[in-house]
Amino acid sequence: MQTVIHGKVRLALHELRGGLGRALLLLHGLGERSPSALPPETSAWPGPVLALDFTGHGQSTVPAGGGYTAEILMADADAALAQLGAATLMGRGIGAYVALLLAGARPLAVRGAILRDGAGLAGGGPRPGGSHIPAIEPDPVVPPDPFAVAELSRDIRPPDYASSFARQAAQLSGLDHPITVCAIGRPDWLRAVIEEPGVEISDPHSALRAYAKIEAA
Amino acid sequence: MHEAARPQRDEAQGELEQAAAFPGAVRPARRRTVDRYGVRLAVYEWGDAGAPPLLLAHGGFDFAGTFDVFAPLLAAGGWRVVTWDQRGHGDSAHTALYSWEADTRDALSVLDSTTREPAPLVGHSKGGSLFTHLTEACPHRVACLVNLDGLPSRRPSPDVSDHERTKLLAADITGWLDHRRRVSSLERKAAALADLAARRGRMNPRLTPEWLRYLVTIGARHDADGWRWKIDPALRFGGFGPWRPDWYLERLPGLAVPMLGVLGLVPEVMGWGTTADSVRAFLPPGAELVELADTGHFLHIEKPREIADLVLRFLASACRP
Repeated sequence: MQTVIHGKVRLALHELRGGLGRALLLLHGLGERSPSALPPETSAWPGPVLALDFTGHGQSTVPAGGGYTAEILMADADAALAQLGAATLMGRGIGAYVALLLAGARPLAVRGAILRDGAGLAGGGPRPGGSHIPAIEPDPVVPPDPFAVAELSRDIRPPDYASSFARQAAQLSGLDHPITVCAIGRPDWLRAVIEEPGVEISDPHSALRAYAKIEAA
Repeated sequence: MHEAARPQRDEAQGELEQAAAFPGAVRPARRRTVDRYGVRLAVYEWGDAGAPPLLLAHGGFDFAGTFDVFAPLLAAGGWRVVTWDQRGHGDSAHTALYSWEADTRDALSVLDSTTREPAPLVGHSKGGSLFTHLTEACPHRVACLVNLDGLPSRRPSPDVSDHERTKLLAADITGWLDHRRRVSSLERKAAALADLAARRGRMNPRLTPEWLRYLVTIGARHDADGWRWKIDPALRFGGFGPWRPDWYLERLPGLAVPMLGVLGLVPEVMGWGTTADSVRAFLPPGAELVELADTGHFLHIEKPREIADLVLRFLASACRP
């Protein structure tokens, strides 16, 4: 396991399979953790396969007092990219949303983002709901951090905000299809994203095959 | 060498003593700590411990000590004034994560530690905005709300093509991500007291050099190599995210407690550029809106007596327990 330092948090980066060439980075769903073995659908990937535990999840630091946003998880994944170099991302649930954000934010370092179903795909919807402040009983021992689950399941995802990341990826990545949607779920943000140019709908095998062919930037 | 160094040190000591006093500024009468969810918050109180409590919240990049003139005036009006350094600010913990929701929860922790009765909330800038959110979330905990230049304004759409806007957004976000990549090794720059005051003066151009020097003595720490602001270097001005000011505006009409909004109309760098016309239609029934034409964003620092009188008069009519 490698460690990635992100601010005051130590993130666990698991190497599921070594190798040379561009990495495939797996991003887990909300409340989940990195898989302990190589997911079968990724076995044909030509390079190394790694998986990141987000802040408050798996073997990463559980910080005190919450304060989670999807944007800080994007910065988690970006800190992993700083260590790995350019990578292809495959995210489940909230990891899919984070993969989209990072594909737009680091269009040259993200060589394709694959968006799949998983926990936290919908987030808190396109607009704020109630302003309720949930009472949290932090569990000091077992991740995931209950703050992460409570706060990130309320994370607001306006469709036009999500599409702006897809648009940035399309305009600045130089890739024909920087985003591939393999999810069946269609929360509002994802429905808007698939309308953007450069967003392909496909299955994980085909998406991985297509991104494996991308030359080094 | 030793002899030559001494006058310099005396000079620095003299500068500190001079800066550490400011007319009307009174350090808090009591200090305590609230530690909930593992986040240590520094809490301060002015006034009679038995007086009815009132909660005060500072703005972003400020700290409780910025109320050293304003809070004693409210306390003299018969209130137990309670405030705290928000996480990452002043003497409170530097946390791994910062968010709006976390700040609101912290505010509730401080309120819980103070009273279970409905209390008046008085917030400046981001603090006003936080308290507006808290009022909507927990109306049963709030007696009335004072928002000092923390009312939202609609962000103007930049007059650029869609493609240009995409590039602007990209630059904002990569700038923030680059900051996050460096953040574990960031440290505030040490400098002489006068330099820190001058630096802050660029963000607070309407405040006097004497006040800014005073702020250094309470908001910065003195290390061997000079003064450093205590604020967490992870905190960064500006940013991006999904939040829309419109959503905040839409919350205002439903607020169920008496409300006073005060706007400083002189535009400045830390201000929000809110005009009375842009918010009036969204105010809850009976809310009072006061515009101060010749005042900037830090209205309680520019005009502590006038703002304290305004707030005390409102509290007396709206929520004296």
